[in-house]
Amino acid sequence: MPRPSAITAMPSPSPVPHHSPLPDLHSTHQGRIHSVETSSAVDGPGLRYVIFTQGCLLRCQYCHNPDTRDPLGGKVVTVDELIEDIQHYQSYLTYSGGGVTVTGGEPLLQPEFVREIFRRCRSLNIHTALDTSGFPDFEASKPVLDYADLVLLDIKSFDPEIYHRVTNVAIAPTLHFARHLSATQHPMWLRFVLVPGLTDDRANVEGLAQFVATLQGVKKVEVLPFHKMGEYKWKELGLPYLLENTDPPTAEQIESVKTIFRSCGLSVE
Amino acid sequence: MVSTPIRNTASTAAPNRLDPWQGFTSGEWTNTIDVRDFIQRNYAPYVDDATFLAPATDRTQALWQQVSDLMKQERAHGILAVDTKVPSSITAHAPGYVDQSLEQIVGLQTDQPLKRAIMPNGGVRVVQKSLEAYDYQLDAGTQEIFTQYRKTHNDGVFDAYTQEMRLARHSGIITGLPDAYGRGRIIGDYRRVALYGCDRLVADKREQLTSLEVDAITETVIQQREEISEQIRALGELQAMAASYGCDISQPALTAQEAVQWTYFGYLGAVKEQNGAAMSLGRISTFLDIYIERDLAAGTLTEATAQELIDHLVIKLRMVRFLRHPDYNQLFSGDPVWVTECIGGVGEDGRPLVTKNSFRVLQTLYNLGPAPEPNLTVLWSEQLPLPFKRFCAKTSIDTSAIQYENDDLMRPLYGDDYGIACCVSAMRIGKQMQFFGARVNLAKALLYAINGGKDEKSGKQVGPAIAPITGDVLNYDEVMAKFSEMMAWLAKTYVNTLNVIHYMHDKYSYERIEMALHDRDVYRTMACGIAGLSVVGDALSAIKYAQVKVLRNEDGLAVDYDIEGDFPVFGNNDDRVDSLTAGVMEQFMNLIRQRPTYRQAVPTQSILTITSNVVYGKKTGSTPDGRKAGEPFAPGANPMHGRDTHGAIAACASVAKLPYEHAQDGISYTFSILPGTLGKTAPAQVDNLVGVLDAYFHDTGHHININALNRETLLEAMEHPENFPQLTIRVSGYAVNFIKLTREQQLDVISRTFHERI
Repeated sequence: MPRPSAITAMPSPSPVPHHSPLPDLHSTHQGRIHSVETSSAVDGPGLRYVIFTQGCLLRCQYCHNPDTRDPLGGKVVTVDELIEDIQHYQSYLTYSGGGVTVTGGEPLLQPEFVREIFRRCRSLNIHTALDTSGFPDFEASKPVLDYADLVLLDIKSFDPEIYHRVTNVAIAPTLHFARHLSATQHPMWLRFVLVPGLTDDRANVEGLAQFVATLQGVKKVEVLPFHKMGEYKWKELGLPYLLENTDPPTAEQIESVKTIFRSCGLSVE
Repeated sequence: MVSTPIRNTASTAAPNRLDPWQGFTSGEWTNTIDVRDFIQRNYAPYVDDATFLAPATDRTQALWQQVSDLMKQERAHGILAVDTKVPSSITAHAPGYVDQSLEQIVGLQTDQPLKRAIMPNGGVRVVQKSLEAYDYQLDAGTQEIFTQYRKTHNDGVFDAYTQEMRLARHSGIITGLPDAYGRGRIIGDYRRVALYGCDRLVADKREQLTSLEVDAITETVIQQREEISEQIRALGELQAMAASYGCDISQPALTAQEAVQWTYFGYLGAVKEQNGAAMSLGRISTFLDIYIERDLAAGTLTEATAQELIDHLVIKLRMVRFLRHPDYNQLFSGDPVWVTECIGGVGEDGRPLVTKNSFRVLQTLYNLGPAPEPNLTVLWSEQLPLPFKRFCAKTSIDTSAIQYENDDLMRPLYGDDYGIACCVSAMRIGKQMQFFGARVNLAKALLYAINGGKDEKSGKQVGPAIAPITGDVLNYDEVMAKFSEMMAWLAKTYVNTLNVIHYMHDKYSYERIEMALHDRDVYRTMACGIAGLSVVGDALSAIKYAQVKVLRNEDGLAVDYDIEGDFPVFGNNDDRVDSLTAGVMEQFMNLIRQRPTYRQAVPTQSILTITSNVVYGKKTGSTPDGRKAGEPFAPGANPMHGRDTHGAIAACASVAKLPYEHAQDGISYTFSILPGTLGKTAPAQVDNLVGVLDAYFHDTGHHININALNRETLLEAMEHPENFPQLTIRVSGYAVNFIKLTREQQLDVISRTFHERI
């Protein structure tokens, strides 16, 4: 459970473009995770072993894992433990064209840990995917990309104001990260969460689509419909859930957003 | 194994009769009865996708409509009609039709569609009771014959049963025994009828008889000579039965239509004569493809008419019925016949045995809608062509009507021409049979170990009177020592019981036509089985890793357990408990292996319950894993309901660890998943399911049923069965019409883990 200090320790959006990882999170040997899913069919290609790291600096209104925010919460596990467990599922990951996805929380708050997981996976011929907001410290994050076969980049909105309203942080680091991936032609999927009344503004979506269309290496855009499956966690944590009265998008709403991305020449799922 | 050379019959054919083997590559099969050799030399693997398939023809639709209407009437009445007088045989009934103007493949078990026959050789009392259950009376004359003049299998068994066997049977520690119904699980090589015609098969059998004119005529030889003589008689009857439908099966099939028809006649003879617990078909699709390809090339068949032949065959297979007592439904629900047909697999030379006809057989699930029969079984190999794998996965997601078994695991043991009897029992076709042995209740055996051989429900001394456990907390080593002793007793009593049953079955209810379509010397297995494996595994884990307190009644009998602390449970890919579970399975198999068997059958075992997990649970008291008295076991090798909490793949991984070498009669696993869990889009779902199957089998899983269903659909079907006449689900090794399950079984299916996480 997160301690109150975690909430007060939440960094405010600052003029500094990037945030350094917390001091005690620099280990290649171990890291903090919330949990693992031994296999998921919705976090990258094929079936994936998913590691939810602990700690996130964003405060997304629709977050379905608010219990992963506190960087000092969760549990400490070693890379060895994770790799051993992953190998129990290697056949399923390999035969389905899947692999390991590290998500969170925000994996890039523990770059050395995540890089080591990926490095070890690659030596086992296991495909690796990094699911990130691209917000944390850029220089610290960059080495993780050496061993990330695919980046699932979440851009929560394109309009800077909306982005801030959704996440409580600035958009600039994420765009910087995206441009770097593009410049190095790093394979990525772009993920956008559609929340009616929050992120569905047409100009916001069009702006994002046009930006993404300028990037190299984007294999696919995923439009993720907002859902409330995480709502109970907010209640458990005693946090105010602002989207209580927001419904998931309708099939028409989803389709119309997908159409915007498609019209920019993007492959959309 | 003897397959005697055959006389050249071509010279006996009329000079103007076409050569039935024209265009086929000759080989060993032309000289001896060897269907596998024929297939290997003549089949054309198909590696492309499903786009060539044809929909149902108008004729098929009209015929299926008529049959569906009859089935609807049948559901309303329990059974549609029954012959209460004439004991069934291959020739007992006049030909019957659904609508002769539409049927491309003919032949019914009796003279009317869905009319059931009586088969009193198995036991006349069960026939009488079955009839009474549906408000019919057994003909007095027939009853007299089978009580005064003709002894039955059931009578024989009870003449020889010992007191110990009766007690074990009564208490339910050994249940589902084929002592009052046909043992089944024998697959005739029905293809032989089409490829060779009855004349050659009879000639072969006569050669076999001659080969048994040996120096010492011992009991073994006498038994075999009598059996072969019966087989020859049965082949003659088969020919007469076919002739009544206007077909001359003394000669080989000339066309694809005849090949389908002749093969079906072979099978029909079997289901006219035997009410076996499982009457499986074997592996006919790729065999028939050779005939279909020949006719397609000659221009005498089109894809539409080829599909029509297969659709019409499948309609017939869906119409096979037996008269069974409602009690039987408690064990094996939904009128199952286990018309198991194996599709796919890979040859010993590495070529996939997938043909266009493999696709056509699966296509019947679309053309006629999903159905439990025939029990379509895909023999999965990593080497199967990807388009075929995808078509199977798609069909599974759309219909939940397919089971999969590991060809890469079985091929080294059974070659590339084996079939599956019932659900998971592999056997070389025409060369191997088994003595079906139902199963023992291993969870009850564990309770007997704790209670010194006394039954936890009745308090009766059933097992050996060893000292009961008297401590308040169960000690793992003490429990294991006593459990081992109890298992040794159970294995002994069990195999002895099976020896009695199969001796009598051979004597009073011998499968003449099925065995006529086998080689002279067959390999026999004694197919034992276990129910409640995951209960036992979890119980041992609780005893080892948590604290299990014993709660006793006033007679000192342990009747319930109180568990303190956490313990690993089977189905979560946790080696601590998975190895305990596998260990018990291996230990029981080793005990079975030590027992002498009737006809020197080789002992095997299965981890399979069909739907009997419900009734086994009902008869078993509370167990040390936390399961309460009366609650169902998990089916087959499944983890207990709701305990496999780490997702579908973790559950698969646990089951795949059970070693097939110690359960060569099969390890059944039923997997139910919400389609959306498999992936976001339909193509992703298909690809991920292919990945799951590849991985599960790569990790040496043996069998898996795939259900892709929503729980809500099942709940709705319980409320409005009339809207779901064809809703099919896979349960422990076979498929059933969901609406034909008892309410209890429906609830059990719904309470099972539906993986919302993969």
